Amino acid sequence: MNLLGTRDRSRTRRRGGEGHDRRPQREAAAKRHAGAPPIIELRDATVVYPGGHVGLDRVSLDVDRGEFAFVVGPTGCGKSTLIKLLIRELEPAAGQVLIAGRDINSMPSDRVPQLRRRIGTVFQDFKLLPNRNVYDNVAYALQVIGEPRGQIRSKVPEILRLVGLQAKIHSYPDELSGGEQQRVAIARAFVNHPPLLLADEPTGNLDPETSIGIMQLLYRINRTGTTVLVVTHDREMVDKMRRRVIALEEGRLVRDQAGAGYHHDESTTEFAARMRAELGVADEDVAPGRGH
Amino acid sequence: MGRLTFFLSEAFRALSRSAAPSIAAIITVAVTTLLLGVLAPVLKASGEKNQEVREQIGLRVFLFDDATEADLKSLEKRLAGVPHVTGSRFCSKACAKRTLAGRLEDDDVLTELNSNPLPRSFELDIDDPGNLHSVTAAISPPNSAGKPTPISPAIDEVRDAREDAAEITKVTSAVKIVLLVIAALLLLASLFLVANTIRLSIYARRREVEVMRLVGATNWFIRWPFMIEGVIVGLAGAGIAVGILWLGKVTIVDPLANDFALIDNLSTTGFVPLVLLLVGAAVLVSALGSGITLRRFLRV
Repeated sequence: MNLLGTRDRSRTRRRGGEGHDRRPQREAAAKRHAGAPPIIELRDATVVYPGGHVGLDRVSLDVDRGEFAFVVGPTGCGKSTLIKLLIRELEPAAGQVLIAGRDINSMPSDRVPQLRRRIGTVFQDFKLLPNRNVYDNVAYALQVIGEPRGQIRSKVPEILRLVGLQAKIHSYPDELSGGEQQRVAIARAFVNHPPLLLADEPTGNLDPETSIGIMQLLYRINRTGTTVLVVTHDREMVDKMRRRVIALEEGRLVRDQAGAGYHHDESTTEFAARMRAELGVADEDVAPGRGH
Repeated sequence: MGRLTFFLSEAFRALSRSAAPSIAAIITVAVTTLLLGVLAPVLKASGEKNQEVREQIGLRVFLFDDATEADLKSLEKRLAGVPHVTGSRFCSKACAKRTLAGRLEDDDVLTELNSNPLPRSFELDIDDPGNLHSVTAAISPPNSAGKPTPISPAIDEVRDAREDAAEITKVTSAVKIVLLVIAALLLLASLFLVANTIRLSIYARRREVEVMRLVGATNWFIRWPFMIEGVIVGLAGAGIAVGILWLGKVTIVDPLANDFALIDNLSTTGFVPLVLLLVGAAVLVSALGSGITLRRFLRV
């Protein structure tokens, strides 16, 4: 389970973890108690942009393996800075960033690609390649890390099934809706089954129903044992999710608390039904009429 | 193997997408290579000629016809005493005539002359070509007006072989310098055009590059397609140039070589090494051009 471990080890892990949805959350919790270092650990991390603007101001936090956590705050509060910090797009001016117990800013720069292969990142603007279809967009992420062709052929359709896009495999990004593009971005980030998934405003411009679908997908990914950290300004959604919320304001950590009524063992279907009910969205596929 | 096909397909994809700048770069590389291909044999030949002339360096002291035997005897002693002179030979009028006859293919000219107009001379051996000027100055030091005044009234003129050589090489070296400057400028132009092509290609593919970086592609994995793109430009340019050179050789140089021995040893020998040199140079320049751009615009 080492984040920086070899690819082979991650493969065996995946084969062992048969059936993404069935792996109980408790297993991840048990690992936490076994003394493994938190997957994300910030110690007084400070980011200062050229020009003196402070992106993050002495932020300290831990995220454990298997957790589903939100980072919220108004625009410019340092949410995206946090994501860039975690994939070493940015380096802290002071403090430390540890991923799986390792200080990522003390590792040699030629190890950074290895780090990024073990962290899936979903960007706010998706960063899909407009001249490639859905399949090629996802496959591209595997090609450029030198994955063998046979592996790509089996992994890509599998992940597209997981995100529910198997019918759109030959579509180009501009033929897809916002929610579908977001699913492609998530598929690309998760195709390598990284132990940590970061999502920057995954429900940014989506309607409530589509947002619930995306959140359900992220929750499903979380249930496979992957730590999911979602950055968003959608407070209503966050409150209804009842998960851990880390609030930033002007680069400072102002709140960090687990949501009330944290359902560890909620299934993804139960999760979606509850979300629809709480957000007042018409429920189509679970129990008609219940959402109103 | 999978990687190589990936790199190649990415490179060709980029080349076909930005066809206009790619073609401009290919043509510039072709023109540069073509010029180098013409220049290299010419420079090589004239370099050999220069070397030949340098090896023949000596000093000739021409004498007045009315100089007496006593004058010559005392002059010979004084010449032998000049520093850096390692030997001297007297060449009579008959000797001068023989030398000239040896140079002329048709010595009818000499038999048609009733008298022998050639002057007597001393041929001096100098220890090093670099000392030519000091020896000349010792035999014929300039007076206060800067005009050479020989140390003996028997001396008509002091000449070194380099003066002859200079006359020959002055013209060729001027042409050589002009050609070299043009070649250097063209080389620079191809370098920048290749660099610019790669820059445009990086710009056109900045999203791909960004995605590659963020999903954890290694630096070299990102760079290779661009390097290969540059090398393809170089190879294509060199290919065109070599094709034109070959056509030129077959249609112009080879027929002439049958008639003129001079051309033969200039450009037709060593066509294969020349081609290898040109292709190597073109690929090197293109790789360099890509490298410069990658360093500047692809901080990964």
